[in-house]
Amino acid sequence: MVKKLLTGNAAAAWGARLARVDYVPAFPITPQTEIIETLADWFSGGTMQGKFVTLDSEHSMLTAAGAAAATGVRTFTATSSQGLIYALEVMYSVAGWRVPFVLVNVSRGLSAPITLGPDHNDVLAARDTGFVQLHAETCQEVLDSVLMAYRIAEDPRVSVPVLVNLDGFFLSFTREPVEIPEESQVGEFLPAFEPVQPVFRASNPVAQGVAVLEASVYSYFRYQLHRAVNNALAVHAEVAADFERIFGRRYGTVEPFRLDDAEVVLVMAGSFTTKAKAAVERWRSQGRKVGLLRLRMIRPLPAAEIAAALTGRQAVGVIDQNLSPGLGGILYQELAGALAMTQNRPPILRSFIGGLGGKDISQTEFDHVLEVLDSARPDDGTREPELLLTRSEWEQIRNRLVLAGKSPVESETRSAS
Amino acid sequence: MKVAREFYKSPKDIPLEEFLTPGSPLCAGCGGLTTLRLMHKVLGENVVIVNAAGCMTLLATYPFTPLKSSWLYTTMASASAGAQGVRDALDILREKGRLPSEEDLKVLVLAGDGSTYDMGLSSTSAAIHRGLDFWYLCYDNEAYGNTGFQLSSASPEGARTSTTTDQRQQRKKDIFDIWLAHHPAYVATVSAHEAVDLAEKVRRALAIRGPKLFLSLAVCPTGWGFEPELGDELAHLAVETGVWPLKEALAGKVRHTYIPNRFRPVAEYLEPQRRYRHLFHPQRDEPGLAQIQSDVDAYWANVRANEFHQPQETLHARHD
Repeated sequence: MVKKLLTGNAAAAWGARLARVDYVPAFPITPQTEIIETLADWFSGGTMQGKFVTLDSEHSMLTAAGAAAATGVRTFTATSSQGLIYALEVMYSVAGWRVPFVLVNVSRGLSAPITLGPDHNDVLAARDTGFVQLHAETCQEVLDSVLMAYRIAEDPRVSVPVLVNLDGFFLSFTREPVEIPEESQVGEFLPAFEPVQPVFRASNPVAQGVAVLEASVYSYFRYQLHRAVNNALAVHAEVAADFERIFGRRYGTVEPFRLDDAEVVLVMAGSFTTKAKAAVERWRSQGRKVGLLRLRMIRPLPAAEIAAALTGRQAVGVIDQNLSPGLGGILYQELAGALAMTQNRPPILRSFIGGLGGKDISQTEFDHVLEVLDSARPDDGTREPELLLTRSEWEQIRNRLVLAGKSPVESETRSAS
Repeated sequence: MKVAREFYKSPKDIPLEEFLTPGSPLCAGCGGLTTLRLMHKVLGENVVIVNAAGCMTLLATYPFTPLKSSWLYTTMASASAGAQGVRDALDILREKGRLPSEEDLKVLVLAGDGSTYDMGLSSTSAAIHRGLDFWYLCYDNEAYGNTGFQLSSASPEGARTSTTTDQRQQRKKDIFDIWLAHHPAYVATVSAHEAVDLAEKVRRALAIRGPKLFLSLAVCPTGWGFEPELGDELAHLAVETGVWPLKEALAGKVRHTYIPNRFRPVAEYLEPQRRYRHLFHPQRDEPGLAQIQSDVDAYWANVRANEFHQPQETLHARHD
């Protein structure tokens, strides 16, 4: 085992390398490109054996990935943002083929307007595709999740592709100390890929991805996919136990942070959780009973774990780093669904939108969230999601509007301070 | 004249074995289906067909397939990328000693003109550019057939589709030349009616590594508007009028594999088809017909200018 300073992108590439992937179909897109550059380097230098090939688009790239997995080789690929959306059609297809491979998505806000910083509208647009989704907070977790993802994807009870998400820039380009496991240990954790489902071989012709025109049979296959993705909950528990036994690091489908006696709980996903954890530590040092729940697995949604972690709390605030226009925060809705029929659910559940396009969530904004949760009352009724924005950021917006020749209008957005 | 036969002298020489068996939901008289059947006979059994959305997608409908070979339906735009993934995976397994040679497969993309000329062009262009060792069959019925015959960029001048809005529509895109510009190892046009010519071309390509691309005029009774029993005659007329040239290019060098000694007027091919009815009823559209004829004539004038210097021993007169 060696410890190195690795970017999130390099950690993802190391995950693929240690998983001994045979095949990497690729297409460049910021901020993911470093992953495929690193892998291309390893393939051309002979460190990795198999094939690296650049396709003409993410749509083609995901098709090649699914087709290769359907032929029985261990396959890895990566994309970001517009690329993920461009490949969305194929994501549904290859999940329906029930082929195991790993896709790393480096989250980045979606166009229009086109931007570079991260948020989760890209990866959450893929939440209904039939891919399992793991969302990493740290570079170490990126590497570890890629290894775990192969175990989950290749488990015959699951047999669907797994997406590992990391945030662009904040993780993709941030160097953190990362333990790189020994190859022998990885070999014990993740044996060579032995396909259980039929693959393309001359002696055994198979028809894959065939049309199903009877609605009842179509319903059967779609529901079967739902069951398979749900199986990832139990499989993840086994995989996480093995992972802890071999590597000493434990991952859950959710990560509780200072939750024990917490009365107020924040819920988040991704690297911005680190910022929220700092806020929680600060509040704790002031004697506030605040905790945090990080969502690591988003598909399947670990509804039971979420409910168990949140029931009995006084107030829960979900900070969504995404925005579904006309609805609000996506994870807020999913949490509300998970809690709807639980006994003793938190009487206050509020929605905040923060970190769009990589916008910082400052200490002030976290304080504002806590203030809102403190003063909220169960009989407040349904509230609009609140967009987190500081006064200085609002000034920046006004300034840009003036430069663009527009007269700034005080909008419905609220400022935090 | 036609080129000398190398492998099959007559239809009787074509392998008897069938890999596309009877029983599919496709239309009676489908030229695409006949092309696939003939091509498969020469390719043999060990094939994985990578399909793009189109009429042929209905070949394999759960739990049935009329094919003795393997099948992978992908999307409309990315069948060639699917072929890349399968081929690469087979090659990796071979190289790593995880796949005995007898388990290897030929990879065949099966796509209609909508996918080939329009949506799937990017992925196919890229696969040819990479020199992928694969087969590609475009069954070209000159419109989006499976959805009810809407205009595609393969729709020829003057032909009505269910979404034609302009009398003076565009000319058919020249996908053969577009493919050729990518320097594929082998590219050919075929017609299901010309079974020997088709089988010869597939057989010739068997020895070649790299992209092997086939463009077949797929007569389409439902879309073109004719009775299925006329299919062979129409396919024949397409060749004899010069509308559908039979040609191939090995390493970039184009040769026509059959040239009618006397071309029949294009109107003979157009008139039996409902999609050209407006050219004949209520009265003959002479300028419209003349335009189509002149485009066909111009094509062959160009062939004569560029190709007739070929050594005569490779060409001999057709006997019929």
